[in-house]
Amino acid sequence: MALLEVENLKVEFPTRKGVLTAVDNVSFNVEQGEILGVVGESGAGKSMTGAAVIGLLEPPGRIGGGQIRLDGKRIDNLSPDEMRKVRGRHIGAIFQDPLTSLNPLFTVGEQLVETIRTHLPMSAAEARKRAIGWLAEVGIPAPDRRFDQYPHQFSGGMRQRVVIALALCAEPRLIIADEPTTALDVSVQAQIIALLKRVCRERNAAAILVTHDMGVIAETADRVAVMYAGRLAEIGPVAHVLQKPSHPYTAGLMGSIPRVGPRPERLIQIEGSMPRLTDIPTGCAFNPRCPKVFAECHRVRPELRPVADGAAACLLYEGVTP
Amino acid sequence: MFVFLVRRLLQAVMVMLAVAFIAFLMFRFLGDPVNNIVSQDATQVEREEVRQRLRLDDPLVIQYGRFVANAASGDFGISYRNSRPVSALLAERFPATAELVLVAAILSLALGIPLGIYTALKPRGVLSQGLQILSLIGISLPTFVTGILLILVFSVWLGWLPSFGRGDVVDVGWWSTGFLTASGLKALILPSFMLCLFQLTLIMRLVRAEMLEVLRADYIKFAKARGLKNRAIHFRHALKNTLIPVVTIFGLQLGGLIAFAIITETVFQWPGMGALFIQAVNFTDVPVMAAYLVMVSLIFVIINTSVDLLYNVIDPRLRTDPTRATGKGA
Repeated sequence: MALLEVENLKVEFPTRKGVLTAVDNVSFNVEQGEILGVVGESGAGKSMTGAAVIGLLEPPGRIGGGQIRLDGKRIDNLSPDEMRKVRGRHIGAIFQDPLTSLNPLFTVGEQLVETIRTHLPMSAAEARKRAIGWLAEVGIPAPDRRFDQYPHQFSGGMRQRVVIALALCAEPRLIIADEPTTALDVSVQAQIIALLKRVCRERNAAAILVTHDMGVIAETADRVAVMYAGRLAEIGPVAHVLQKPSHPYTAGLMGSIPRVGPRPERLIQIEGSMPRLTDIPTGCAFNPRCPKVFAECHRVRPELRPVADGAAACLLYEGVTP
Repeated sequence: MFVFLVRRLLQAVMVMLAVAFIAFLMFRFLGDPVNNIVSQDATQVEREEVRQRLRLDDPLVIQYGRFVANAASGDFGISYRNSRPVSALLAERFPATAELVLVAAILSLALGIPLGIYTALKPRGVLSQGLQILSLIGISLPTFVTGILLILVFSVWLGWLPSFGRGDVVDVGWWSTGFLTASGLKALILPSFMLCLFQLTLIMRLVRAEMLEVLRADYIKFAKARGLKNRAIHFRHALKNTLIPVVTIFGLQLGGLIAFAIITETVFQWPGMGALFIQAVNFTDVPVMAAYLVMVSLIFVIINTSVDLLYNVIDPRLRTDPTRATGKGA
């Protein structure tokens, strides 16, 4: 049984003009110790999926359907207090901006000890020891001195290390990392990704890595899910999806990554932009931009079908002839 | 920290010297003091004699120095009207104002902060919306109107509380307190409520606005993601961040409380410094006015300096001294 099973997840936003569906019929699994990358353009629903899993959808957003199971146990219908106990203890989260993720008025030690003691029955002294251990674990030099320092005394990269320590200090088995390196310097990004990968491997923790950086995905993830306009376009092993993408959208994404070579080539771009939630076209949501579009695409909405090692939602694989 | 303290204290001394200078000039602006002392048909020789005896012929700077030196030792001269030392008059009146302002300040914090938190945490509740409307009324009604309404309802119609005075007071050393008798405490209720009403609504609205802002912050979202209890998130993480601007405003408003006390003391015939000041203005009692000015400025300066020091305790980012910053807590 997979660690996390998401089945037909739907996230809705009731507005005055009707209910908007930000995440539509998304299903995927995350195995024990696996890193699943989630990519897509801004507004594709990747962060929203992560927020739904951890139970932190901003109102009025809500789960409109489907199930989320952790270890086979449903967590999408837990009471707020039960869900609170799952957060941090079983599912950790890391957000984009380490500069604002830490409370400026408490020392990093206080924040670590607080998190540890919320979830684990420990004395203050034990929690302190464990917190200092975690600071060392995420590569912060002189952890026993840094323990008593405030977030503003740390650099951006160091703060993201503290954030990782905070997300992992109660030993959750799943981490949701929402663009964990976007706000960091390029030189620091690689370090943080390597660190995240290492601590997950060492503890056999799984991770959902939300990003729009294909390089990060290629280097870190075991499998990758591509999202477009609230739906899964394609999911599969990283090597397969990156090298032989099945969905025309994934192919377009791959083509738009600049390559360093002797002869500069023209960058392929996907024409147009992702539709807004209010006017998603009928049929396949990608049809206005798809280079391989044919008549059926405007009428039939493709479902996720097994293709090679993975799955793709495209009529090309449904035996419909163009 | 030490450097900061010394710098702050030096600034405070400069402010006090400037205020003392203004107070000192008041004596000159309001006519030749000799005229107020000698009789109308005094000769020029008599006038000069008085002037020399009171050393009013010294250069301005020397007179100012003497004024500051005397003021520093608590000597503000003799009241023109009461013919008693101004310092004695102030000492007599100060406890009344201090107790009134203290109770009003405590009330505004003790009610304002919890109400602000409540309305921020339950923004759509009926009680919250009602409190918001009430606070709007509280913030827009002039305080003397609310004071008179309070007297009408609680003293005239209901007859529960006295409409004027401090009730019975007990002397503790030179300090006369109304805290120790039932009538003294009863007399405090209406004036302190009138005085605190504006601050109370201001603090409540400020706490609410700040709290709503802080609850949207990333570190609150991350605290939720760490599975912290709601109590810890609201009252530890959010409240502490909310309190920084509240401390600023409260510091400024505490000075405002002392200033507004003049109106409250007039409405309730409260025998405090404000009432003394109004009396002094009516009779052009310059030494009392000068002393009041210096006293109130001193209180302002003390409060503002304390607020600056308090920031350092609350917000670690402001602790400039590196040895201090790496230390534990405040």
